[in-house]
Amino acid sequence: MSERGHFEEHCFVSGHTACAGCGQSMAARLVADVAGKNTIVTNATGCLEVFSTLAPQTAWGTPWIHSLFENAAAVASGVEAALIHLGKLDSIRVISQGGDGGTADIGLQALSGMLERGHDILYVCYDNEAYMNTGIQRSGLTPFDAHTTTSPRGTHSSGNPKQKKPLVEICAAHHIPYAATASVGNPRDVQTKVKKALDIRGPKFIQIHVPCPLGWGSEPVDTIKIAKLAVATGLFPLVEYEYGRLLRVTKLPSPKPVEEYLKLQGRFKHLLKNAAELKKVQEVAQKNIEYYGLNSKA
Amino acid sequence: MKQFLEGSWAFADAAKLCRPGVISAYPITPQTHIVEHLAQFVANGELNAQTINVESEHSAASVVLGSQACGVRSFTCTSSQGLMLMAEVVFNIAGMRMPILMICANRALSAPINIWNDQQDSVSLRDSGWIQMYAENNQEAVDLVIAGYKIGEKPRVMLPVMVCVDGFILTHGMEVVDMPTQEEVDQFLPPYNPPYKLDVEKPLSLGLLGGPDVYIETRYAIQKTMEDVLTILPEVGDEFKKKFGRESVRLIEEYRLDDAEVALVAMGSVCGTIKDVIDELRQKGQKVGLLKIVTYRPFPEAAVNKALAKVPYVGVVDKNISLGATGALYTEIKAACSHDKKISGFVMGLGGRDITKNSIESVFSQSKEKVNSCTFVDLHNDLLWEEFRV
Ligand SMILES: Cc1ncc(C[n+]2csc(CCOP(=O)(O)OP(=O)(O)O)c2C)c(N)n1
Ligand SMILES: [Mg+2]
Repeated sequence: MSERGHFEEHCFVSGHTACAGCGQSMAARLVADVAGKNTIVTNATGCLEVFSTLAPQTAWGTPWIHSLFENAAAVASGVEAALIHLGKLDSIRVISQGGDGGTADIGLQALSGMLERGHDILYVCYDNEAYMNTGIQRSGLTPFDAHTTTSPRGTHSSGNPKQKKPLVEICAAHHIPYAATASVGNPRDVQTKVKKALDIRGPKFIQIHVPCPLGWGSEPVDTIKIAKLAVATGLFPLVEYEYGRLLRVTKLPSPKPVEEYLKLQGRFKHLLKNAAELKKVQEVAQKNIEYYGLNSKA
Repeated sequence: MKQFLEGSWAFADAAKLCRPGVISAYPITPQTHIVEHLAQFVANGELNAQTINVESEHSAASVVLGSQACGVRSFTCTSSQGLMLMAEVVFNIAGMRMPILMICANRALSAPINIWNDQQDSVSLRDSGWIQMYAENNQEAVDLVIAGYKIGEKPRVMLPVMVCVDGFILTHGMEVVDMPTQEEVDQFLPPYNPPYKLDVEKPLSLGLLGGPDVYIETRYAIQKTMEDVLTILPEVGDEFKKKFGRESVRLIEEYRLDDAEVALVAMGSVCGTIKDVIDELRQKGQKVGLLKIVTYRPFPEAAVNKALAKVPYVGVVDKNISLGATGALYTEIKAACSHDKKISGFVMGLGGRDITKNSIESVFSQSKEKVNSCTFVDLHNDLLWEEFRV
């Protein structure tokens, strides 16, 4: 296989060093392939950047730039400004991407600036629910009761005491044209949403839920199954906002009990024999279902 | 054409003449007037650029990194806390070999918060891989901006350039400046055409993970390039002089050094005061002179050594302090000179404390009396603990 031939087919190619079953690498390929060749990508520091561009190799078939952990949205703003100056923004798309930490925590300010200024950029957050690149530390998007190395389970702890930061709402609150969540468990939905976003001018945001076998203590083979269960239990709702209004959700006529999702992951194993904590996680799912009207008839 | 201008206006004009396509900055005293003027130029249609009003200096530096990476000449400017907030990106820009030009309006660092001038901000980032030049007056600053782009953008160089101007003293000072015309600058500074950029026709990945097997070579390459800049910069200086008739673009300036018995070494606007004092002391028969450091990075060690070769007593004026050691320039002058030379270090002007002619005179005489590596000048004893008083 010629190297070029490889890039002819995909904009993000295999041969990189992601772990087996890495949800983020699958989602990144889905995004890159929908976006196509006429795209410039800016990437935050994190697993995706590290496993895809170990010098002198790269997995990227589109122009791609990594600067730092918290500035991908600002670098993208500069790329977009340059494309306007060069008169090329009509034909070239800009995508900025980062992990949950790089987006919801340390990069939130730069992201908010990018959204507020109205740049024509799609920002994609690959949400694997912790700082994975540095060894599974808690982030603002780590779910309730998940064990991480900085929110460990113990005799006085049942894991992360906080719930996920409402990132998509924070972005939608900027009244941008499009803000959505998606899951690598539903690749067609991911691609539909990315395509929809890229057809809109202005700032767009998509948060994609991506299981991390190493960080979540799950089997690589279960990545897609686990991603689907997060949606099916109501723990990761799939929603779409336009100009600040919630317009569409993926309905759950009969949500699954959260145990089905939790039991496949080592990060939650301490909950399985703890009825009180299990109940709390079930309540998190229930709140989501009610908040977004996931089980209401459309 | 000669014009009587506020410094910031002149610097903004100089930046405009270089035709940057993207400008991004965040307001901080005493840099603000520069960005305000540039914004007005764009608003008036006098400059075809995108101005991106970001939410922080970290993002300002990141925006110009992104735009420069697309092959568009970019400009930013900041001061003090802003430069500190940018610091992470400042190193990153140099590592990525993006020849952005920044004006740093030099200001003290907090705490205590202080908006007045010293050079602690830019000196603290001397190790970042940026070419650093310090202007004595507004004319020099204008010239260094125009030449700075040309130097940084040379395919052999591809390094960012920081033009340092003393806050308030230069940024808010009114001076006559000979402003080049657009035509002259266009003849001198060709459009930016980098050897690598983000381009969908020729996709490249920039900013890769560089492990132990490649990292040190990237540093070595910058180090060797900095050595080259010691030759390239004076060459551009010669071109500049041919075109504009001024000698501003250089590594060092020697002022009445030939037969000097005592010389001060300094950077920036204080050199003007020192020159005045020298002229007065010379009239009284004292053999005094000045070595002005224009280019601080790369450090012109050989030129410094040569310029001071015959001067027995040297006093180094630092508007910064490496706390726990000495002024930064002092260490480097000391390292550049032979051991038998008597070199003293003076820390002065921090946080906007006036550097008067009297202070300079006293520094000249102290340099001859006894060698001291780090003397703070003009302290208010009443503010100090008793045992600290001088
Ligand atoms: C300013 C700064 N702080 C900390 C780090 C260390 N760091 C690098 S990647 C990372 C975690 C990334 O987490 P996330 O954004 O969720 O991406 P993931 O690796 O999980 O995909 C951290 C903490 C850094 N590179 N820069
Ligand atoms: Mg993560």
